[in-house]
Amino acid sequence: MAVDVYVRRRAINVAAMLLSGLAAAVGLVFLIWILWITVKNGLSALDLKLFTRITAYADEGGLANAIVGSLVMDMLALAICAPIGVLAGTFLAEYANRTKLGAVIRFLNDILLSAPSIVLGLFVYVIVVLPMSNLTHGAVSFSGLAGAIALALIGLPVIVRTTDEMLQLVPGTLREAALSLGIPQWKLTTQVLMRAAISGIVTGVLLALARLAGETAPLLFTAFGNNFMVANPLDKMASIPVAIYQYTNDPNPALHAIAWAGALLITLFVLLLSLCARWYLHRHRVTHD
Amino acid sequence: MSSIPAIAVISSTDRRSRADARHDAWFRRLLKVCALLVLAALLGAALSTLWGGREVLFGQGLHFLTSADWNPVTDTYGALAPIFGTLVTSLIALVLAVPLSFGIALFLTEIAPTWLRGPVATAIELLASIPSIIYGMWGLFVFVPFMARVEPGLSATLGRIPLLGKLFEGPPIGLGLLTAGIVLAVMILPFISSVMREVFQTVPNRLKESSYALGSTTWEVVWDIVLPYTRSAVIGGIFLGLGRALGETMAVTFVLGNAYNITSSLLMPGTSISSSIANEFNEAVGTHRSALIALGFLLFVVTFVVLLISRLMLRRLAKREGA
Repeated sequence: MAVDVYVRRRAINVAAMLLSGLAAAVGLVFLIWILWITVKNGLSALDLKLFTRITAYADEGGLANAIVGSLVMDMLALAICAPIGVLAGTFLAEYANRTKLGAVIRFLNDILLSAPSIVLGLFVYVIVVLPMSNLTHGAVSFSGLAGAIALALIGLPVIVRTTDEMLQLVPGTLREAALSLGIPQWKLTTQVLMRAAISGIVTGVLLALARLAGETAPLLFTAFGNNFMVANPLDKMASIPVAIYQYTNDPNPALHAIAWAGALLITLFVLLLSLCARWYLHRHRVTHD
Repeated sequence: MSSIPAIAVISSTDRRSRADARHDAWFRRLLKVCALLVLAALLGAALSTLWGGREVLFGQGLHFLTSADWNPVTDTYGALAPIFGTLVTSLIALVLAVPLSFGIALFLTEIAPTWLRGPVATAIELLASIPSIIYGMWGLFVFVPFMARVEPGLSATLGRIPLLGKLFEGPPIGLGLLTAGIVLAVMILPFISSVMREVFQTVPNRLKESSYALGSTTWEVVWDIVLPYTRSAVIGGIFLGLGRALGETMAVTFVLGNAYNITSSLLMPGTSISSSIANEFNEAVGTHRSALIALGFLLFVVTFVVLLISRLMLRRLAKREGA
């Protein structure tokens, strides 16, 4: 009888361990499956012509304008969200660390971090695309700028959070030493603390870039897409994710191949960026302690 | 003689410290405005979608939520089918992802050899960095055909069970609620499992060691010590995954089939709030567009509440740890 209990407990334990190993294997299988399919289909479709031809819904379609559009919008988005995010993160860490306002903003920033990106796209549609189209009588409606603002909203909470965390890791003795020399707070913040945390802050910006570069949903009705080569942010603008979406929706298999090539580009970019940022952050954290 | 320069020095440092104070105040204001922009973004998202959808939200009121009739041709819009699709796919995703995530977290904190933990954890978290459009493509071109081959088997086995079998009836076309739910499950897996892994690591070693010393097995330690200790954070992690699943767009748009259906079968095509918006927004005008923005408002409110609960639950453990 007593032996039965032991046998049963051990059996349950072994079963649980096997199942948990199986769960990890399932997760890895899906990762490898998705990456393998993307690399396999992407490599076989990758062609130099993709970089010289613009998007078109015929066999000679390319990605050139989508790559340019993505670069323009991603950089614009970073130019918008990096300064705002870094300053907001600094406010949380240095000025509002223990205040109620700080707690509320930190809390809501975490919610913004996982808010549905398509709703942020709608938000920008209502506050940027519609007013611009009304003001210019339809001359400017969907625009790369609107797309960049939507992407900036995706990147913002990532930067706020990393900056906040990185500044909190800076030892308090640095603050005390600087303040005791009579340095004003703003100088202390910009020239001592930010310098000490700069690598962490840059990593946060890179993580934000990795996050916003792959976004499709917020671009559908802000930047819209364009089948011409455009670099003017007030014009409709193509991007790699939206081009992938449109090529995939087309029944022509030749276009699916181009979509896979685009998928490979964007996946490699995003994965490498987030792996590097992660590795950098990890290394930095270890040396900081 | 010596007193005059001293006064000059004092007044110049005085002026300087006054200027410093002024700069400090401006600097502080600048930072505060930037931080308030985060609040403005959330509030703006809620208010702008409420404003954009006012025609349908206030014009139709509750009817919008309870009607399943979505027809742009006759200009009637009922949100029940997309709401149904969103809830069902997210629910399927949770049912599949929660046990898997728990298994992964258990594996990474208690079972795997130490050298294996880092690489496997990073690999699982990489699933979260893959752009959702890639999930959508993989879903459409690879997973849908795969499911089309699996589904007849599901209908033949699970479909025979009384009551439960209703869920697995229907044409095995691969597209549909079940496929979308599985793709979503893979997407939210890294979010839930990384929260679980992190909070499992916060359990004090002395608790676990005491339990081991009394002769517990690994499973008993996890089930009776680790899980109760981290319960609120685990629920928070699950809600975080739910929030992600509810709002996900590109991954489900391709595999859902885009049909305004409310069916008992999970193999039937359906639609969801986000995929309706993504599919129809650019062709929509007038009331149709307003109805889609109103859907966006609904989605935002629901995800906001879910994420709010998630963060509150997660904070509970953090607070206890701090104390």
